Amino acid sequence: MLKRILPHPLLSLSLVVTWLLLVNSLSLNSLVFAILVALLIPQATRAYWPDLPRVRHPIKILGYGLLVMHDIIKANIDVALIVLFKRRADLRPAWICVPLEIRSPEAITALAATITLTPGTVSCDLAQDGHAILVHCLHAPDPNAVRDDIKARYESRLKEIFA
Amino acid sequence: MNHDLPLWADLAVSLFLVLGAVFGLVGSWGLIRLPDPMTRLHAPTKATTLGIGGVLIASMLLTFARDGVVSTHELLITLFLVLTSPITALFIGKVHLHLRQDRSALPRPATGAGWAGYTAEGPARGVRESTRSSTPPAGEAPRTSD
Repeated sequence: MLKRILPHPLLSLSLVVTWLLLVNSLSLNSLVFAILVALLIPQATRAYWPDLPRVRHPIKILGYGLLVMHDIIKANIDVALIVLFKRRADLRPAWICVPLEIRSPEAITALAATITLTPGTVSCDLAQDGHAILVHCLHAPDPNAVRDDIKARYESRLKEIFA
Repeated sequence: MNHDLPLWADLAVSLFLVLGAVFGLVGSWGLIRLPDPMTRLHAPTKATTLGIGGVLIASMLLTFARDGVVSTHELLITLFLVLTSPITALFIGKVHLHLRQDRSALPRPATGAGWAGYTAEGPARGVRESTRSSTPPAGEAPRTSD
């Protein structure tokens, strides 16, 4: 019954918080509207997101977010330096294939987004069986090192977060 | 309307504005300077994140120093950016994969499955990549950059 009304409790909760931050006030008015939004949007989108993600360690999401934020700043500086100072002839762009151990769609989505946001890599496609991800590197003299880095730094952490 | 800011706020706001502007400029410069579509994709997805981040931090500092309140809209803008910019990058990357990429130059997944974008059905429907050849047909050769 509760599942019928709230197919994604976490999504509903974050919609309430987002809406309240958006109107920037905590009046009864905005709270009522926030709850309406939080009830209607999960209903409208449930066909596209049928299963609940299983999150094992919600606390670790916070640590992961901080790690990614740190890496985003580093990525910005790295890419800026490459843009400004690297000669075209020295640039070694490469496609790499990162085999995946994580299987949950939410975890793979999070990994793909992380790859795009962090140092010199953009995720571009998924293998048809979902067991590998195609990544383009801006400058990768050693593609295998990039692959191992992605697996050790991000995938292992996501594996702990999502069951 | 004329609020005098303390010196520290003036300095901090200016610092973050300049920092943001520099990264925004570098991101745009990268669009011109990098050699081909895929490498160009890296400049705006990364350098501009910090560019916009700098401007947003400056904006938060300014509202805090002037009005004494913490504005949350900047945090939301950050959230929306982090959610949407990988999707934009993915779309541009996919267009490149379909129109310009030499498919034989791509690494293949170890399991032998094809890349989902090159199969009509998309991912995880259990249909093998069979209708498409791995080399582009004549006339569709990948363009090398100028």
